[in-house]
Amino acid sequence: MTEKDRPWIMRTYSGHSTPKASNELYRQNLAKGQTGLSIAFDLPTQTGYDSDSPMARGEVGRTGVPICHLGDMRALFEGIELERMNTSMTINATAAWLLALYIAAAEEQGADVKKLRGTTQNDIIKEYLSRGTYVFPPGPSLRLIADTIQYTVEHVPDWNPTNICSYHLQEAGATPEQEVAYALCTAIAVLDTVKERGIAQADLDRVFGRLSFFINSSIRFVDEVCKQRAFVELWDRLGLERYSVREAKLRRFRYGVQVNSLGLTEQQPENNILRIVLEMLGVTLSKKARARALQLPAWNEALGLPRPWDQQLSLRAQQILAFETDLLEHGDLFDGSPVVEQRTSEIRDAAWAEVQAVLERGGTVPAVESGYIKERLVASNAARIAAIEAGEQIVVGVNKYVEAAESPLTSREGIDTILRIDPSVEKEQIARLEAWRNQRDAGAVKQTLDALRAAAKSGDNIMPASIAAAKAGVTTGEWGTLLREMFGEYRAPTGVAGARTPASGHDKLEKLRKEVEALARELGRRPKLLVGKPGLDGHSNGAEQIALRARDAGFEVVYEGIRVTPRELARAAADEGVHLVGLSILSGAHMDLVREVIKEMKEQGAGDVPVVAGGIIPDSDAAALEKDGVAAVYTPKDYDISRILEELVGLVKRAHA
Amino acid sequence: MKPPLDVVELARRVEAAEPAAVARAISLVEDRRPSAEAQSVELLRELRHVGQAARGERVGITGPPGAGKSSLLSALSRVAREQGRTVGVLAVDPSSPRSGGALLGDRARIAIDADDTGLFVRSMASGGDLGGLSRAAGAAVEVLAAAYELVVVETTGVGQSETDVEHVADTVVLVIQPASGDVLQFLKAGILEIPDVLVVNKSDLGAVAERARSELVSALDAIYAGGAPDWRPPVVSTSAPTAAGIEELIEVIDNHRAHLDAEHALAARRTRSAAAWALRLFTQRYGDVGVDVAGGRDALLARFTKAVEGGATAVEAVAAERPAYASR
Repeated sequence: MTEKDRPWIMRTYSGHSTPKASNELYRQNLAKGQTGLSIAFDLPTQTGYDSDSPMARGEVGRTGVPICHLGDMRALFEGIELERMNTSMTINATAAWLLALYIAAAEEQGADVKKLRGTTQNDIIKEYLSRGTYVFPPGPSLRLIADTIQYTVEHVPDWNPTNICSYHLQEAGATPEQEVAYALCTAIAVLDTVKERGIAQADLDRVFGRLSFFINSSIRFVDEVCKQRAFVELWDRLGLERYSVREAKLRRFRYGVQVNSLGLTEQQPENNILRIVLEMLGVTLSKKARARALQLPAWNEALGLPRPWDQQLSLRAQQILAFETDLLEHGDLFDGSPVVEQRTSEIRDAAWAEVQAVLERGGTVPAVESGYIKERLVASNAARIAAIEAGEQIVVGVNKYVEAAESPLTSREGIDTILRIDPSVEKEQIARLEAWRNQRDAGAVKQTLDALRAAAKSGDNIMPASIAAAKAGVTTGEWGTLLREMFGEYRAPTGVAGARTPASGHDKLEKLRKEVEALARELGRRPKLLVGKPGLDGHSNGAEQIALRARDAGFEVVYEGIRVTPRELARAAADEGVHLVGLSILSGAHMDLVREVIKEMKEQGAGDVPVVAGGIIPDSDAAALEKDGVAAVYTPKDYDISRILEELVGLVKRAHA
Repeated sequence: MKPPLDVVELARRVEAAEPAAVARAISLVEDRRPSAEAQSVELLRELRHVGQAARGERVGITGPPGAGKSSLLSALSRVAREQGRTVGVLAVDPSSPRSGGALLGDRARIAIDADDTGLFVRSMASGGDLGGLSRAAGAAVEVLAAAYELVVVETTGVGQSETDVEHVADTVVLVIQPASGDVLQFLKAGILEIPDVLVVNKSDLGAVAERARSELVSALDAIYAGGAPDWRPPVVSTSAPTAAGIEELIEVIDNHRAHLDAEHALAARRTRSAAAWALRLFTQRYGDVGVDVAGGRDALLARFTKAVEGGATAVEAVAAERPAYASR
């Protein structure tokens, strides 16, 4: 028997409300046997706004913890020894800043910064393609990533400065081949940026060795086993061929995993426990391509924010696999398997060909800016959804075996089966922020901000100036505002224009087109739909699929992409003369944002235009919204887009014809 | 139910540049129902009372996909607003020939301050009809021109759609992306109508953009070798992110308008455009057979010109030419 393998790092993606509340949660999780931390930040923190910014309204403490300054970071890790912790931070546009705060907080604890271990996600490309918390244009964003890489390789050598994500590509609909290809393209964009700085080969070797990946794992676990193995082979090849990394150890593919959330269902949500366990197998079974760190979603994610108990259940699944089963006692289970070898080579070769296709288009950034990659992802997701609608892809409890007994886990009267964020959290956080601003040395703040501006301008590494600013008490919003002024803000292509609805389920589309034609005759013009994503939430997959299908059914669709304010959306609804407004909000801030849009629409003379809302919206919230005048609410259980569009046609007809 | 529409009141509110009224008026001119078409004709007649001189300057921006028209438009409207002018934008996107649907995405690339009532942006689908502009575009421009000082129509395409934009604009601006040779070839070959202003966008690309500019200038030299016209299209280099060249572009557009005014050519150009637009609407509705029945292209154009000179809009002129067989 081979020597028993070490278990992977076990984490749970968590954080909410306030630094103090999150700190308590982290300590509980560590006490339950979690071996690392995975910090979820709220959307204002991720996009460089302070909690009291108008942009932050309704979002503070919602999808994660708000961190506005060093005091917040200090409170987040109180009683947790950072020198001995392994901390993963899901932070991208503002990664350099949060890393600066982390280093400053660790120094305060007396930690040896050289010994800090952990990961900053710091992958901006996938933000443009899927997750939507980007701020700056591609050039400055890649510069910030390269700065953090060069800084950590020298000063925090065990840190993973960037975690190239294929995770969010799969959530956006990528096939295994696309996931591998575009993740490698992202790595190429980052490595080329660093290389172009003219660093020595030895340093490039070290940088290559520090790049890690964040991968998704779907329910198709044979595909997943092979996908990870294809990744291992291609990463080795890329290191050797493109970057001349000679030492094999530095070409090892290191990756962490969060398993798939896309496939989790709102219907019969307890089934998700089983899905999560099966998805975990795809990234653990193969010793040769086993994840270094794993975090599992909770069974009730499609319903809302999970409670500590829900997260505990997912942690227990990991512990049972690692400590009760015999998995870690064996060598690689698949070596020599012709099936695995065959599928691995298929994924590997198709992915490599797609990497070459992107490079031929001038590289990753041009392929992002032109919408090439995004359009392919939108098309893949459209194909996936169409296959589910048509029943070709079975989802138990959704399009097959839908009869079910009442679940004792979700049906208890009056008891929340999700976590609710106390609305007073925002006010408390803002009060602490104001107190923080009042007690700091204004001179030091100004001086460090000036130094930050100078570094941003000159091209000096942004990290030392950011760490100094963190120590002087500068806030997340101040750092973000300054760099917005220096670098500008970016809007990524939506990818809808160049994608099309797949042929699958074509009868329904034809029927829908006829209905839309009839409606257009009644209205005197084509029905016009405004698809809006108010607030900071960047998860645009749902909005894109509705926009795409509506266009292909014959609607005229106005879609401006993510992060549009309620006032801007209301103005668009009014000026554009739309017949219907569809809002998509996945951050949980739907109550505030939807009401705000409706209020603004009334003020701007579009009060008679019906509004529908989509998102992770609990039943009780949906009922309240409908009382406020929302015409319909859609949640993840409404997977049949044709049916949604049929309802929208009926809605427009009743309201206008 | 909504109260019945008071067209005179709506026209008054459009002239006062109330965004809600402008939006309503454009929805009305898009509406193909017979009752709406009658109201639409009435509205355009009311708006004519504003008088030619007071009406907005109409600029058409066109060019191939990827030339950066939307970003240029965004920069142009920002700078014009800073200069104190009110701006109305009509952004036209293509319709899908299969479904008739359209994704109207230009709005996303135009920076719009939701509180600024001096900037109005409306997206419109091309309708998949003939060229690059929909049936209602001409009337929508009339509405915008009654409300705003600068009206900009943006549409994609090189080829047929330019003639469309020419029908609704006083000044046609063609935007070219550096290092894309097609446009230059089309111009040289005479396939492409020569616009009033040429823009080499993305001047931040440096040498490539500079080369594109000098190639254009020498192409124009060759075209005009036989003698200079009274208006030779200027070539302007712009960059949307830095707003470089945008003020110059506005100046050139103003110069072109001043040129038309000085030559007393504006009215003639608008009449020519409106008549041509009317012919296009007519052909679209009744087809080539309808044109023949009406006495042929030239006869129709002459009648449309006369109608427009008599104060009719293109829509009205077409309404007056309803062939007998079409009323059945």
